[in-house]
Order: sequence, then structure tokens, then C-alpha cells
Amino acid sequence: MNRLIVSPSPHLHAEVSVRSLMLDVVIALLPAVVVSVIFYGLRELSVLAVSVISCVLLEYLITKYLLKKQNTTGDLSAVVTGILLALNLPATTPWWIVFIGSVVAIGVAKMTFGGIGQNVFNPALTGRVFLLISFPKYLTRWEIPTGLFGKGMGTDAVSGATPLTAIKEGLMQGSSVHDIMTAHGYSYGQMLFSNIGGSAGEACAIAIIIGFVYLLLRKVIKPYITLSILGTVAIVSCLFWLGDPSRFTDPLFNLLTGGLLLGSTFMATDYATSPMSIKGGLIFGIGIGFITLMIRYFGSYPEGVSFAILIMNSLVPLLNRWFKQKKYGRA
Amino acid sequence: MSHTFSIGGIHPGERKISRDCSIEAMPVPDTVYISVAQHIGAPAKPIVAVGDKVVTGQPIAEPGGFVSAYIHSSVSGTVKSIGPRKDLAGKQQTTIEISVEGDEWAEDIDRTDSLVTVIPDDNKAILEKIRTCGVVGLGGATFPTHVKLSPPPGKKCETLIINGCECEPYLTSDFRTMMEKGEQVVVGTAIIKQVLGVDKAVIAIEDNKPEAISHMKEIIEKLFKLSSKFSGISVMPMISKYPEGGEKQLIDAVMHRQVKSGGLPIDVGAVVQNIATALAIYDAVQKNKPIIENSITVTGDCLEKQRNLMVRVGTPLSYIMDYAGGIPADAVKIISGGPMMGKAVSNPDAATLKGTSAILFLTSPQTERKIQSQCIRCGRCAEACPMGLEPFLLNKLALNDDDEGLEANAAQDCIECGCCLYSCPANIPLLDVIRVAKAKILGIIKARAKAAAQSK
Repeated sequence: MNRLIVSPSPHLHAEVSVRSLMLDVVIALLPAVVVSVIFYGLRELSVLAVSVISCVLLEYLITKYLLKKQNTTGDLSAVVTGILLALNLPATTPWWIVFIGSVVAIGVAKMTFGGIGQNVFNPALTGRVFLLISFPKYLTRWEIPTGLFGKGMGTDAVSGATPLTAIKEGLMQGSSVHDIMTAHGYSYGQMLFSNIGGSAGEACAIAIIIGFVYLLLRKVIKPYITLSILGTVAIVSCLFWLGDPSRFTDPLFNLLTGGLLLGSTFMATDYATSPMSIKGGLIFGIGIGFITLMIRYFGSYPEGVSFAILIMNSLVPLLNRWFKQKKYGRA
Repeated sequence: MSHTFSIGGIHPGERKISRDCSIEAMPVPDTVYISVAQHIGAPAKPIVAVGDKVVTGQPIAEPGGFVSAYIHSSVSGTVKSIGPRKDLAGKQQTTIEISVEGDEWAEDIDRTDSLVTVIPDDNKAILEKIRTCGVVGLGGATFPTHVKLSPPPGKKCETLIINGCECEPYLTSDFRTMMEKGEQVVVGTAIIKQVLGVDKAVIAIEDNKPEAISHMKEIIEKLFKLSSKFSGISVMPMISKYPEGGEKQLIDAVMHRQVKSGGLPIDVGAVVQNIATALAIYDAVQKNKPIIENSITVTGDCLEKQRNLMVRVGTPLSYIMDYAGGIPADAVKIISGGPMMGKAVSNPDAATLKGTSAILFLTSPQTERKIQSQCIRCGRCAEACPMGLEPFLLNKLALNDDDEGLEANAAQDCIECGCCLYSCPANIPLLDVIRVAKAKILGIIKARAKAAAQSK
């Protein structure tokens, strides 16, 4: 005789788990990871390794010894945080700085709030911004990509400014946007496919776009947050640029630089730190896009995606309360 | 053009593996156990005594109130006992046990297969027949049909919706009924249409059953040529999505109207009846045949042979399972009904009811609950909820015993479809918690209304 299970309905469950969702995010990040290693070489690989290993290890140790809870690293969310943190840092970042970033990301931003789903701020971005403010020397020393087997590896790597930093510095010295772009030889093709100075994850826009499409196809994220950020940046920068092209950079430049694609695809769409409803998500995205541009155009930092996302993160509980989806029969 | 409901919904997979199995009449068991509580409302009162001889189709229990229904003997034989017996969940219900002797039917029942398309004009007589034949809604709720077809004064039905969605995975008995008894279903539809005095009837069928859609269309065309009583009946193909067959969802999908919280379909001019109910109405009105049998899908991926069976009411589930080859070795759960809303059987000796639609066997990998982890606030439950609720929030409020919060966030509107629990990647038992909370809130609302009525 069979031993029968009796339980309430439903009796089926979707083929989805936290682990499968996080695995999909890791897969979506792979093109960006591979490209960053190709462009920045083995040092980028070591930044990735240090970041992922310390994130996972820290979560394991904190759950086991501090919180005395069940080990949660199997859900792979710490792996995602590790990869994102690494992609947000220059390949030249020393290992101990990467480790400090992991401590802030996992230890402070994630676990003190109660772990996955409970955090208010995106862990990887919190870690990154902490490092940016505490160790600006290491975080703003961007390496011009020289390739996996290029001669630029090691101590004689060519350092340079990111396009956004170059623009900011140039404008402060009184040059026009056009002159700065020509002087540095920036082209959109370069930004789209490879070879712009900056965080490892910004190296290639196409790699991020492939990840975005994968996440959409796998139904891991909805497109509206990402698209509302990109749309806002495009429209608002277009208005400024048409107003004064010598002082304000054009829409395409803004879309392809400063980690905007990486942030809007992978960080602004983080479940716990983004609104649940479509309306809330659109406002969240518009806010991120607008704040990003305001920082870029008028702030003292050259790029503002990280700050914009963290600022809007803090509004998520309110957006969730204000904008709920329509209930059936309660118009 | 295809239609579907506007909020939430999921795609749990169809698994209609028994769709090509014609409905076969199952042999009558030696003994049937007929419960007097087979419908929503007051249980029926037995009108036979132990030792009485009964024939198939003879009434053996009468309505115990306005919202109640007749119960008929599904076999001929002798009443052996009347007393409590365990139902499929192990709850004691008054049950009439009849040992079977031959198969003699009540004389006024037309047992021929001939299709009777001439519909009597006297609506009162039709309603009385529906009542005395014990017809109840067979789509799941088993609400007495004659009550549903008598709208309160001042309320007018504008659209009759015949629910042929069968949106639960695995179930195929409505599909088979449409394919094999489509004419009877359409005549039944015309009868309901006439009783309600409504011009428009829509047979809603999900687009995963294209044969049924074209078959029903042909039948409607054919019958329309016979009589104007078949005018205004149409087939509406629906985009397949669960829970399309939910009454509120179907009204939204077909009429683009939403029933207010706590309201009835008739408030927005809708009456919804299931395919099997339309057939039962045909049987009652045209053939004088009460509900004494119903078609049951016996299915499961672990079951060797899939079946759709015509089973006498009161047949023990164990008898059906033995007939279908016994409980498969790797089955760990037997479900009465579909996998989304059906009930897990704890007592295989329980007998079928009028509303039993399926016996489904599930294996451990299919149905085992996985270990729950922390909510990641992905919002999938809210996205899936066809009532537009926020299950993650209701779960939290319920665990905190926040009754006010639960009511304000409409826990009482939950239709228990299971979309939230199905979709949760953290395996949180959302519906388990919300179901209990909903019952509590409904109790509070009821008590409040009662207190308000008393103080007047």
C-alpha cells in the first residue's frame, strides 16, 4: 500500500527557485565577465575571483557564526553580488580593497538587514560606493584596456581617464565637449563593442545587452525599469544637448558610458531593492535616469549611476505603498 | 479574436494526457455510498429508511433548506444503512448505503440516446424539473442550479456564460463531454437561456481545445437551423491561462466587467454555468434524468492507461482506482479534482459526489513541497494573483495576526486558486497561510454584519 501525502492545494509548483533565478543572472552576466577578462587580462580574473570568493565566504561565515542560521549561500545570490561588485571596479583594484568592498556589500548592506530580500540598498553598489568614497585613489585609476595577452599587463599598464571623467575635467578647463571627444579619440563604435576606460563591466555595451535580452527571455526581470532609466537618460540628455552641445554630452554618449547599461540591467532590477508594481517601477526608473544625468552634468562626480540607484533604493518602500496593482472588482 | 482575463494568471502546463480517451461507462459497484451533503448549502434530508427497495433515479433525500438539493439513488437495490461515513478528507457525513441489485431505473426516465431538441415553453416547469432532478453546479462549487437560475427581483441577466475552459491541468471530462455530447450541451444552454430570458449565451472554450471550439460551432449552426430558440448562442475561444475557468475571471474575460468584492455575478449581468451542468440540465429537462452519474477523468503521468469514466454517484474511489489498474507504485498523492484546486484524498474508500471531476495520481517529484526559504521580494506572487492581491503582504500580515491589515488588503477576496504558492521561488506556503486568514476575516465580516443587523 502506498504511503499517501495529504496536503492543501495547489499540488504543483513552477520549475523555479531562488537558486534557478540567481543562476540565470549569473549566466546573463557571463558575456560581460568574459569580455572584461579578455579586455583587462588576468588581473580582472583575480578581481572577480577575490570578489566572488569573499562574498560567498563572508555570507557563509556570517550565517553560521554570527546569525547561527541555516547556510544560505546555496541560493547563489552572494555569487551574483560578487560578480557585480567586481564588474563595478577597475581591474587594477588591489585584492584587499576588493575584499573590503565584499565586507561592506555582504556584511553591511545585505546580512545586517536580514539577508536576501531584506536589504534596502543594492549590496554590490553599496560596496562600490563605500570604496569610491574611502579609496578614491584606487577607484579612479582606470586602466586603458590592453587585452588578455597585451603588453600593457603588469605595472606599466597605461592609466587614463574614463570618457566621463575626461569630459568633466575638460569642461572644467574650458574646452567644449566636441573638442574633448576629438582629443581623446572616442567613438561610439568603441563604446558599443570594446575598449573604453572604466569599470571592467563597462568595457562592452553589447555584452550587457546580450545579458539583458537573456534575462527578459528567461522572464527573470521585466523590461520596464531598465527601459525607463535608459529612456529618461536619452530624452533628458537630448534636451540639454540640443540646448548647448558644447557643454552637454549627447544622448548616445550618456547611454553608452559610466556603467549605465550595467546598472540599469543588473542593479536597478534587483528584486528586493526595486518596486513591485509597474507604475512604481517606472517612477523608480525615471528617478534613476534623471538623478544620474543631474550628477553627470552638474555634480562633482563624473558619473552618477551608483548614487542614483542607491538614492532611489531608499524610496522603494514608499513606492511599494503608493503604487499597488489594481485589485479585481475594487475600482 | 481571443479573450482572456485582465489580472494575473499562470501557465502551469496542460498535461491533458487523457484528452483522446472517450468516456466509457464504468461497471456499477456492489455497494454505493451516497452522501446527503453533495452541494453548497444545507445537507439534504433522507426520505428512505433502512431496508427500503430503491430504483435508479429515485429521490432518496430531499432539500434541507432553500439552498439545498435533491439526492437520488444512483443504483437499484436495498438501503443497507443511513449514518455517518468518512468523506475523502476523513470528515464524517451522513451517507446512505445501498447494496446493488440489478439495474432497474425509475420508469419516467428516458434512457434512449435520441436527442430531444424541442424545448418546453413553461419556464416554471423547467425550473421545477431542474430542482427535483437535483441539479447542482458541476464546475466545482456545486451550488444548487435552480437557485442560481432564479435571479433576485430587480437583477437581470445580460449574458449567459457556459464555462468550457477546463483550465486545470490534466482534466479532460468537460472536453470529452463537448466532443461526445455537444448537442445535448447546446440544448441545455438554450434551456438556461430561455429560463433566464437572456438573448446572449457564450460558450467559452480555451484555445488549447481547438477541436471542441470547431465542433461546438458546427453544432450551434446545425441546431440554429432547427429552431430560433438556438439563436444568440456563440463560441468564444479564450487564450489558455489558469484560472480562466474561475467565475470572476471568466466574467472579466468575456464581458470585461468585474464583480465587486462580496458581490454576485448577477450584479454585473452575468450567470455562469459549467459544461457538465448544461448537460445535467438537458438530462433533467429533456430526459427526466436526475444526476445519478458523472464523467470523471482518471489520470496521472504514473498511470499506465488514462481514462474518462462515466461513474455512478457514490462509487468508492478505491473501486474506480482498482478498475483503472490500482494505485500506481510511485504515486504519493491522490487528488480528487485538478492539481491546482483539487483536494488530496486521505481516505481512498470515500465515495464520489456529483461534483467529483477527476482522480489524479501525482508522483513525489511532481508534488513534493520543497523547503521554504526567505522571501526575496521578487513580486511573482502578486504578478500571478488573478485577484490583484499581494500574497507576500497577506502572508506577513497573517503571521502577525494583523486582522485590520488583512481586511484592508482584501484577504477576503482570495479565490484560493493557488497561483501564488505555485509561483513562489522561495517555496513559501502562501496560500496555506492566506486560506486560514481569509476564513478568519470572512468570519469577522459576517459577525459585524450580524451585529449591525441586530442593533437596527
